[in-house]
Amino acid sequence: MSTHDRAGSGPADEPGPLHGGPDDDYTPEQLAGMDREELNRLGARYDGVEVLHVDPPPAPGSALEKQASRQVAGAFGIAGLFGIAFFVVYAGSGWFLPSWQWASEDNGWSALYTPALGLTMGGALIFIGVGLVLFVKKLLPHETAVQDKHDGSHFDRTTTAATLMGGLDKTGFPRRKMIGRSLGFAGGAMGLMLIAPLGGLIKNPNKGNPLGTTEWAEGVRLVRDDGSPIRPGDQEPGSLETVFPAVPGGNRAADAATMLIRLRPEQMAVLEPREGQADFGYGDYVAYSKICTHAGCPVSLYEQETSRILCPCHQSQFDVTQGAKPVFGPASRSLPELPITLDDEGYFVARSDYIEAVGPTYWNRERI
Amino acid sequence: MATTVAPNQPAAKVSKAASEIDERLIVAGPLRRTLNKVFPDHWSFLLGEIALYSFVILLLSGTYLTFFFDASMAEVEYDGLYAPLRGVEMSQAYESTLALSFDVRGGLLIRQIHHWAALLFVASIVVHLLRIFFTGAFRKPRETNWGIGVVLLVLALLMGVTGYSMPDDLLSGTGLRIISAILLSIPVIGTWAHWAVFDGDYVGDAIIGRFYIVHVLILPAIILALIAVHLLLLIKQKHTQFPGPGRTEHNVVGNRLFPAFAGKATALFFIVFGLCAALGGLVQINPIWLWGPYNPAQVSAGSQPDWYIGFLDGSTRLMPGWDINLPGDYTIPALFWPTVVVAGAMFTVLALYPQIERKLTGDTASHHLLQRPRDVPVRTSVGAMALTFYGVLWMSGGNDLIADKFDISLNAMTWVGRIGMVVLPPIAYMLTYRICLGLQRHDREVLEHGIETGVIRRLPSGEFIEVHQPLGPVDEHGHGQLTYGGAPVPKRMNQVGGARRAVKGFFKPIESPADVELESRREPRGLAAAESDEHVGSGRPSDGGRPQDPRD
Repeated sequence: MSTHDRAGSGPADEPGPLHGGPDDDYTPEQLAGMDREELNRLGARYDGVEVLHVDPPPAPGSALEKQASRQVAGAFGIAGLFGIAFFVVYAGSGWFLPSWQWASEDNGWSALYTPALGLTMGGALIFIGVGLVLFVKKLLPHETAVQDKHDGSHFDRTTTAATLMGGLDKTGFPRRKMIGRSLGFAGGAMGLMLIAPLGGLIKNPNKGNPLGTTEWAEGVRLVRDDGSPIRPGDQEPGSLETVFPAVPGGNRAADAATMLIRLRPEQMAVLEPREGQADFGYGDYVAYSKICTHAGCPVSLYEQETSRILCPCHQSQFDVTQGAKPVFGPASRSLPELPITLDDEGYFVARSDYIEAVGPTYWNRERI
Repeated sequence: MATTVAPNQPAAKVSKAASEIDERLIVAGPLRRTLNKVFPDHWSFLLGEIALYSFVILLLSGTYLTFFFDASMAEVEYDGLYAPLRGVEMSQAYESTLALSFDVRGGLLIRQIHHWAALLFVASIVVHLLRIFFTGAFRKPRETNWGIGVVLLVLALLMGVTGYSMPDDLLSGTGLRIISAILLSIPVIGTWAHWAVFDGDYVGDAIIGRFYIVHVLILPAIILALIAVHLLLLIKQKHTQFPGPGRTEHNVVGNRLFPAFAGKATALFFIVFGLCAALGGLVQINPIWLWGPYNPAQVSAGSQPDWYIGFLDGSTRLMPGWDINLPGDYTIPALFWPTVVVAGAMFTVLALYPQIERKLTGDTASHHLLQRPRDVPVRTSVGAMALTFYGVLWMSGGNDLIADKFDISLNAMTWVGRIGMVVLPPIAYMLTYRICLGLQRHDREVLEHGIETGVIRRLPSGEFIEVHQPLGPVDEHGHGQLTYGGAPVPKRMNQVGGARRAVKGFFKPIESPADVELESRREPRGLAAAESDEHVGSGRPSDGGRPQDPRD
């Protein structure tokens, strides 16, 4: 209230003495006396910009100008036509044009629908751009302007520093150490409190050993993707089949996929299983984890002439006659072997889970 | 000019409305300053704009896609329009991606625009970064903006990875599996990090939902904020410019924002958008219906990530299987080095490069004039070396395809990469260094002896010489006295007006030849001017700028 009264009781409500700027230098009358170009240059000058040189556009009414205008207008016109064509294709399909919905046996309109949309939309947008480029290049005056560039000002630095330091002095924080310290303590605590909820993301990976176990267990049948069990003799020698544990969801489990390989007699002759795993196979059958020990991709390319299994992600190669030892590429560990045998009905079953963790290496894998 | 226009004219109405607005918002001053801002005129300054415009396209198309995409990993049976997959079990994420490709009118177009714009986004950031690097635009005072740019590049890569992991097709699932292995490979905290990101063992049912929110909210928000800071700093610090007539450390020479630069920038936006739209419609990208739903037991041969992740795929392929076994049965997996360490080191060195160069050269001054790459041979060669290293890794990311197409042994391709990664970068360094010096020498040679005109003259003594056109005043030996100023030196006669200006018109002249003649006399250039003015001709016609012997 009091401030209001004082303002009212003082002299007329006029701008303070610190108000100022170009309005003080140029009266409205002076500005009214200038033409538009002068005002333009004046404003530019005020912003530190000097227009050095102007290449004039083609003279109004000249053949050059007419040609350039035709080109620009032509480009915009084509853009408009493309835009309409886009709308016609988009909205007209399934109305007066054939349906846009794709069917595998149809190679007609529905197969052309998306390309037609892209062509028309792209055409419309590109021709707008082309028209604008032509306009700027051919019809606008080419101006060379130069603007001053200022590195920081010493005046600004000095006065701002004084304002900042003066304010800081007034708070008294440099002197009142206790407030500063307690504020620092509270700030740290706030930070800790605010990031604490992220703890909800943290889970213990060592609980229940999920990394070291799969769905395989003693007596679990080896089945194909469609669930059918496998007997010895179902596969040709030299062939590979991907098998899964016969448990619900076994064929979608991330780590359980296994390759059941029937070795050829000459491969049997050179077979060197890993130490202590000589009895993991059954006859001329061996079963290795399909999950690459490098980055976890399914190793799927089996070249039986060289007995090698290749991972298509990073080209690790494993030799099936040497306990799936890595023989080339970035993998460092053999593919784990699944111990297999036959059940009472003569189908392949696992004798246990894998005896080591399948999949990529990690920090404490050896300890699991 | 409201005062000169009658009050009921439309122009007067607009002027009155503008005054009304300014009386409330006080924007006339800042608006005039903005319109008057001068932008230097060089095509390479538009590369960053391409990145900006691709981001705008990504925001627009991406927002559209969220109307239809469902980031759920719940299993459903497909029952959509794409007959070959009907009855197949798949995640809702994959099902909804199929639906927005097949069942949404024009959805496939938008999805493909989005993917193409993403490729263009990263590509234009990289090319923009190379321009900044090779011209020294990152030097003081712009180190901060360089750092922000590198962070934006990393975020763009993360956007790409989270984006193409979401459809949950066989290709993206394979990528996700490798991401999982990379997380696991981090020493000490690997399994904990994996459990935090995936909410448990691979693959779980949370990851696509999490990637989704990171991809559509968290990363775009950070990128948007950083772009804003990037541009504000650019406006505050003003543009760099190449050296040239009238260009100094204390000015910017070019076009004002309005209307010329605004016109060009808008044109570029439309062309970039149009290119993405045309690619999105005409060139198929990531046809996820061909890959099929993700299945941990399947993978297709020749799986490739998007181009910008290729270098990490390559480094991973080249790395030998060197696990480090530590006492206590702990292991640092070999996979850790080519992924986390290589990527981390590359981007750290990149981000710190301005500081490194500052330390090594001791140059602490502010620079607003750019350098030509040839004038800074060490930096240019270091850049070429880094690019070669990157190129070898990138090529190795597709070494299986190269081996297949050109019938080369895959293992040989791996060894080519392993050896090339070590041997080629130093060779690139040496070659680039020599090329830079050669170009520098040629510039000086032209400044000293003039432009080779291609005119062979026979002297009375019978000697044949080539006539050289000096670029400026010459001393008594016929040697030019211009010094090199960091700007391009003309190397051909046409660049210094050796040719007449053509009369415009395609079928028939649409300019009067007389006017063109007058114009060329007004600004002396070309033969017409040379014939009328002796001084523009050769400095010493008698010996035709012949190289002096012996040289001094």
